[in-house]
Amino acid sequence: MADLSTNFAGIQSPNPFWLASGPPTNTYGQVAKAFDQGWGGAVWKTIGEPIINVFSRYGSVDLGQNRMMGFNNIELISDRPITENLKEIAEVKRNYPKHAVIASLMVESKREAWHEMVKQTEDTGADGIELNFGCPHGMSERGMGSAVGQVPDYTCQIVEWVKEVATIPVIVKLTPNVTDITYIARAAVKGGADALSLINTINSIVGVDLSTFEPQPSVAGKSSHGGYCGPAVKPIALHLVSAVAADPAVKIPISGIGGIASWRDAAEFIALGASSLQVCTAVMHYGFRIVEDLIDGLSNWMDERGHRTLADIRGRALPRVAKWEDLDLNYHLLAHIDQDKCIKCELCWTACEDGAHQAIRRLPRANGGGGPVVEIIEEACVGCNLCAAVCPVQDCITMRQVKNDYAPVSWKNYAAGKGKLAPRSEHFHTAAWTPSAKS
Amino acid sequence: MPASNPLSDEQLSANFADIAPPLTTDAALLEANKCLFCYDAPCTIACPTHIDVPAFIKKIATGNLRGSARVILEANPFGHSCARACPVEVLCEGACVLNDRDEQPIKIALLQRHATDYVLEKKLKLFAPGAPSGKKVAIIGAGPAGLACARDLRCRGHSVTVFEAKPQPGGLNTYGIAEYKLKADVALAEVQDILDLGVELRTGVTVDSIEPLLEEYDAVFVGVGLGSTKRLGIPGEDLPGVVDALTFIEHLKTHPYRETAVGRQVVVIGAGNTAIDAVTQAKRLGATTATIVYRRSESDMPCYHYEYELAKRDGCGFRFNAAPLRVLGDGAVAGLEVRTAHGTETMVCDMVIVAIGQGDRTDLTWPKDHPRVFPGGDCANGGAEIVNAAAEGVTAAKRIHEVLGGIVR
Repeated sequence: MADLSTNFAGIQSPNPFWLASGPPTNTYGQVAKAFDQGWGGAVWKTIGEPIINVFSRYGSVDLGQNRMMGFNNIELISDRPITENLKEIAEVKRNYPKHAVIASLMVESKREAWHEMVKQTEDTGADGIELNFGCPHGMSERGMGSAVGQVPDYTCQIVEWVKEVATIPVIVKLTPNVTDITYIARAAVKGGADALSLINTINSIVGVDLSTFEPQPSVAGKSSHGGYCGPAVKPIALHLVSAVAADPAVKIPISGIGGIASWRDAAEFIALGASSLQVCTAVMHYGFRIVEDLIDGLSNWMDERGHRTLADIRGRALPRVAKWEDLDLNYHLLAHIDQDKCIKCELCWTACEDGAHQAIRRLPRANGGGGPVVEIIEEACVGCNLCAAVCPVQDCITMRQVKNDYAPVSWKNYAAGKGKLAPRSEHFHTAAWTPSAKS
Repeated sequence: MPASNPLSDEQLSANFADIAPPLTTDAALLEANKCLFCYDAPCTIACPTHIDVPAFIKKIATGNLRGSARVILEANPFGHSCARACPVEVLCEGACVLNDRDEQPIKIALLQRHATDYVLEKKLKLFAPGAPSGKKVAIIGAGPAGLACARDLRCRGHSVTVFEAKPQPGGLNTYGIAEYKLKADVALAEVQDILDLGVELRTGVTVDSIEPLLEEYDAVFVGVGLGSTKRLGIPGEDLPGVVDALTFIEHLKTHPYRETAVGRQVVVIGAGNTAIDAVTQAKRLGATTATIVYRRSESDMPCYHYEYELAKRDGCGFRFNAAPLRVLGDGAVAGLEVRTAHGTETMVCDMVIVAIGQGDRTDLTWPKDHPRVFPGGDCANGGAEIVNAAAEGVTAAKRIHEVLGGIVR
């Protein structure tokens, strides 16, 4: 069986699956239960001067009948006294010595305040400290959270203060609500951070109640922008993790966060450079029990693929993240429809016709439904993937490479006069639409 | 036949409850979101009225029930009754592409009911009469064909008078659809929506000649349905206890359940969809045994397969390759003599329901190629579904509108 043990900037855990800082890591009882069910680590809900929360804190975005495709919150950091939190962290660490227990901290931007908080935290025996520089709502109005993480100089400054006293690894949690996250990542490195975690939540308004015009989640008729997370944000997180992981000026471990709900998501984060993974929304949706398949699925996949340790897969996709200008213009694809699998919904036709390149032809529906109803117009197909994306049947539409005799050529080279373009489908949609076009 | 019904009121009411209960809002949303939203959808093609099924289902998914119902009812003025009584297994649902993905088709009928029930519940008026054209159309027969035609003619501004022999409008929707599929109150509510457009309805009027109407009206639509049930032509068929299926069902639908007489051992002759309606309802009404007798084999049965399955689930019996020879009895039915491959046999029974199809109308004739006479529905198609009648009424309304000088968009 694959070895999932994790060493993250010196923090050990039996597996890479940590609970992210948030509602699931608010108390001893939750974290202890999670560890008993298999979680490898937990980042405690952010500790600081206790706050007062509003009632109604979460908003959800459903997709059809799928609940919580996206999720947001306007909840603040822990509302429990610092001493209580620290006492419970110490207790968890004492009872679960092999698990990673990390304290997430957020205090006002004063050197003494940070020094005091870090010292108290280290007394608990916690394995590491995560600096919450990412929370985009509420705390940012008070000069904390993303208010710090959006300014490289502030980030660097506070990391320096923390590192003046910290003896355990310091992780800086980054906000995605910036134009270029690598600037903040580099500032954290400059300040002496031992590791990074990303992404924190994305600024959002999840919706508006159309009967009252109240934005959601509503608090007595009003709302505030909140932090967006859940499966919807995974692609954004993957991109930002890869951007930081590929930055030669960073080079410190990354804990991947953002919409992780399955072992597949986890494997993708690792392949793009993450060394540990943090999960929150999926646990808020389904509970701690999901860790069983996170572990089981990841290790089965690793076994099948012959990967023995997480190091074997870490960053494996990174070299394949390229600049657009380096992509091969002579790599040509054609859509292929498996007519035996086609159920004749014609979704590919309408998508291609209205939304892409008019490269699918409709054929009359034969009596009794026999015979194909759609076919690819090969001379018009630009291999864009849209038809395959909309097709509701697994593997019915596949993209197939069309070989040519031309050497690969990137835009960079082509624009510089180096290399030749292979002949390609050129279809400019100049034909006028007439009402009779729909038969 | 016994005088009193053996079942309690509760049991009777449960037996005739909707066989396909409405979807909850959650279930409707779940189902609506499963629809792929096919282009040029096979379900729409399969529907005789060509309801834009994906469009109305998407509107359910977005919470636009009013718009959804409008899509349905615009194409099919009998969208309420079709949602309950259409043979969707052989029409829209049978054509659903999900069948080809080895899945259950979308529950189109139940979704259609979900959207159209909203109209009844909220008493929405989705259609309005058109600007008066000054033209007058007579419609003979207030069944689905005639009233579908009436609805679209009123929307185009023509004045419409409907002549109906029965005391209530709706035709077989009111009097002849199995009670567990469609109840008369829904059928009448659906009809009322059409009448509210300003249709003049004259019930209890039997039209015996087209000619006077052609003089008084600019066009005449004939939607008189079929004639009465054919006779068996065997001895004993006039005995008390022998009843034709349509009469049996009509009585059931127009009286409290226990007032419809039913035998303990009922035999239904015939194996079409009406025979199934009769045998299942006899069973649900309290018959100890209810058995179809059919002179041909199982595979020759003209009823839909799912109707056969329903009758079997109801515990009805089937006697194939048995040709009725005579109804036995002295003043009351005591048995049915049938000829089988093994010779003559007697089936003991105390009620015989005859369901061997309806004959053509003999009390009214109409010219076949008259430019102002438009037949539709059962009397023109030989007997089909509500949805066929509605489609023919809608088509006739277009043609009448053109004949009256209008332009059909």
